[in-house]
Amino acid sequence: MTDLVLETRGITKSFGALKASDSIDFDLRPGEIHAIIGPNGAGKSTLIKQISGELRPDAGQVFLAGTDVTQQTTRARARAGLGRTFQISELAMEDTVLQNAVLGALGASGSVWRFLKPVLSDAELVTRAEEALDRVGLLDARNQRTAELSHGQRRQLEVAVALTLRPKVFVMDEPMAGLGAEGSLTMTRFLDGLRSEAPILLVEHDMDAVFALADRISVLVYGRLIATGTVDEIRSNAEVREAYLGEDA
Amino acid sequence: MSTVLIIEQVLNGLQFGVMLFLMAAGLTLIFGVMGLINLAHGSFYMIGAFVAAAVAAATGSFLLALIAALIAAAAAGAIVEMVVIRRLYATDHLDQVLATFALILVFSEGTRWIFGSFPLFLDIPGYLSGPVTLPGGIQYPLYRLTLIGAGLAVGLGLWALIERTRVGIQIRAGENDREMIAALGVDISKLYTLVFALGAALAGLSGALVGAIQSVQVGMGEPVLILAFVVIVIGGIGSIKGAFVGALLVGLTDTLGGIFLPQLFKLFMEQSAATNAGSAVASMSIYILMSIVLIWKPTGLFGARP
Amino acid sequence: MIQERYLNALVLFGLIAVPLYAMATEELFTITLATRAVILALAAVGLNLALGLGGLVSFGHATFFGIGGYTMGVLAYHAQTYTALDLGLFTIEGTKSMPIIWLVAIILSSLVAVVIGMLSLRTSGVYFIMITLAFGQMFFFFTISWAAYGGEDGLSIYVRNGFPGLNTLVPIQFYGICFVILCAVLFLNARLAKSPFGLALNAARQTPMRTQTVGLDPTRLKLVAFVISGAITGLAGALFADLNRFVSPTMFSWQFSGEIMLFIILGGVGRLFGPVIGAVIFVTLEHFLGEITDFWHIYLGVILVIIVLFARGGIVGLLSGRGGGHD
Repeated sequence: MTDLVLETRGITKSFGALKASDSIDFDLRPGEIHAIIGPNGAGKSTLIKQISGELRPDAGQVFLAGTDVTQQTTRARARAGLGRTFQISELAMEDTVLQNAVLGALGASGSVWRFLKPVLSDAELVTRAEEALDRVGLLDARNQRTAELSHGQRRQLEVAVALTLRPKVFVMDEPMAGLGAEGSLTMTRFLDGLRSEAPILLVEHDMDAVFALADRISVLVYGRLIATGTVDEIRSNAEVREAYLGEDA
Repeated sequence: MSTVLIIEQVLNGLQFGVMLFLMAAGLTLIFGVMGLINLAHGSFYMIGAFVAAAVAAATGSFLLALIAALIAAAAAGAIVEMVVIRRLYATDHLDQVLATFALILVFSEGTRWIFGSFPLFLDIPGYLSGPVTLPGGIQYPLYRLTLIGAGLAVGLGLWALIERTRVGIQIRAGENDREMIAALGVDISKLYTLVFALGAALAGLSGALVGAIQSVQVGMGEPVLILAFVVIVIGGIGSIKGAFVGALLVGLTDTLGGIFLPQLFKLFMEQSAATNAGSAVASMSIYILMSIVLIWKPTGLFGARP
Repeated sequence: MIQERYLNALVLFGLIAVPLYAMATEELFTITLATRAVILALAAVGLNLALGLGGLVSFGHATFFGIGGYTMGVLAYHAQTYTALDLGLFTIEGTKSMPIIWLVAIILSSLVAVVIGMLSLRTSGVYFIMITLAFGQMFFFFTISWAAYGGEDGLSIYVRNGFPGLNTLVPIQFYGICFVILCAVLFLNARLAKSPFGLALNAARQTPMRTQTVGLDPTRLKLVAFVISGAITGLAGALFADLNRFVSPTMFSWQFSGEIMLFIILGGVGRLFGPVIGAVIFVTLEHFLGEITDFWHIYLGVILVIIVLFARGGIVGLLSGRGGGHD
């Protein structure tokens, strides 16, 4: 059990009468992509926020590489190796693409308390940032202002910033959202290769991508995980078909 | 220290608090519904006082003066909303602070231009002047007592307006969800003008009422404005209930602090040093109160969590 | 349209040429006006660091301006009356030396900024605006009732403090001191904006959530920015007190907090030279409009409303053709 990269035990979170997370046990093994699917409002984002530390669960625990991080801040979890991407891009829109990537490298290096030397003259940080941009195919756009990027490019930049952290685990909230067919395909190929570096918790609506990528799938409905299994197991699970996938699955 | 003095000071504190509430209610309503931080609110207070003083001087009627103050402040509010304020709803707080700061300059200098730099005076009408004897034999000015009553009555009326009428429902809906209210078919820009004018009218009324116990002069609105901000921040911005509780807290703290803190300091300091230190701390007391509230509850006593 | 750096160079040139010309033609009042503009610019450059880079709308920066002013006032008062300043545990002598006064002003403003910042940063948005305002008011009322140093009437210092090797009583020499300090702070500010800290602070303003998820603490970044910002404005306060040889509680007034904020928006939020241009324009308007009409604040108010509504990015944004320095 200790080689689990990420684990939640009995995570519960309520907003008033609404149980957004109902005793969720979830885990992520080395080298795998574990997808969470579920209808809108099932509590996927709430779960991610508890894993990343933006929300505290009412009950239950979160383990990162075997350590209980339930009481730790988002920052501490990031430093412990959690690389997160956001569903709605959280980027410094006025800054350039490169500056956003350098921010990640800067956070990972921890050497932020330097006040006089230009950050872009720090070769180590810039190299690290450019490597990440290159991997997602954004190197050519590095001097563009982030606000000028297309929606798809912003998704790529989200992933690139997470890459600069060289995390032990990726937590990705809908990286394909709004990418279009071709963009999704590129991102799918990229994530496929990424799992060997660090396992990925993938929340995604694009079922083609999920079925193509996931080693395991968990289905979240009304705050409860109703099933966890391989792609085939989930496809054939009656409860899942009824609750979520419907007739056309 | 006698009980009579204490009761008198408590009444003074209440009177001050209730007048602050009239200011703060408008501010907090405007912030709650439109998300606007309005520094020019003190200008409506000043306009109310000036118009009341001018009309009272011309007609000799205090009641007419009050009505004129209400109308003038409401009209000024409506005009300012339509010309400037409505362009600020979508901008950030910084722009709002600066634009309404600029409006203060325009209003203050404009008033000075029209009325001159000398203070005006508004007399308490004969039927409200003089003291009354309260139960227990306490003599207290009738006019100040009337202010407490009038303030409480307006507060009650405001509560009834918001809780019990159609407009009130729209205002409350506007606080929660702007799109929903538009979907309900409410003309949102009219509603905003109305709310702004209502807030301005309350400030104008407050200025006119207080104008009879203070001199009416340019710049009179700003000290009250700052206090009203302290009130709504303590109460929680957007909450009328918070504004009421905050106003009474600030009114009482300010009035009682000035009396009792020097006394308190005399317990462990020599006479003159105690008076100095006591009045220094007293003048800071409401800001200390506000800091404590915010450190304890960062969104005020009744504020929504951000 | 002019490129921003040419505009900046033009401003610097003007700040050198105008006082020199005024010296040549013996228009001493113009030099005093220029000194006033440069010192107010320095105060606003300080605020711009918190406001433009850190997104902290501090409505209480007069606090630091006043602390700087009273540092000068109190130290020089004890020096001119040959009395020692009794701090309870020990006493210190007053001083008439500018560098020492500046150092003390910077240290005191920083300390106060640490405390105010730590408390205020627990809140955000309108609450932050208001709590910083409240701290300013606290100091304002405290100095009003602080009878030992003049209370409401303030404190006069008869002779301007000294600077080694210069005669500070000669207007152009005192101007030179203020101008060099402004340039030095602008230079540091420019470096800071591009530094690792500047990048992180910029991100903390735009996207605090992202900043946290890369392992940085946005609140701590903002606190450090607030402290540096307060220290600069405090230094400006000490210089301002020396310019007037007078300090009073109005240095702490909320109107002054509003005014320095106004310089920034007039010039352009987050622009290096925005506050400088804003302060220069303000002082110029104050002087010339003030000569034409007693009611010049009306025109200032109208101009400001128009700038806020229609020229986001201020004068720098307008002239350099790049509007919208902030969102």
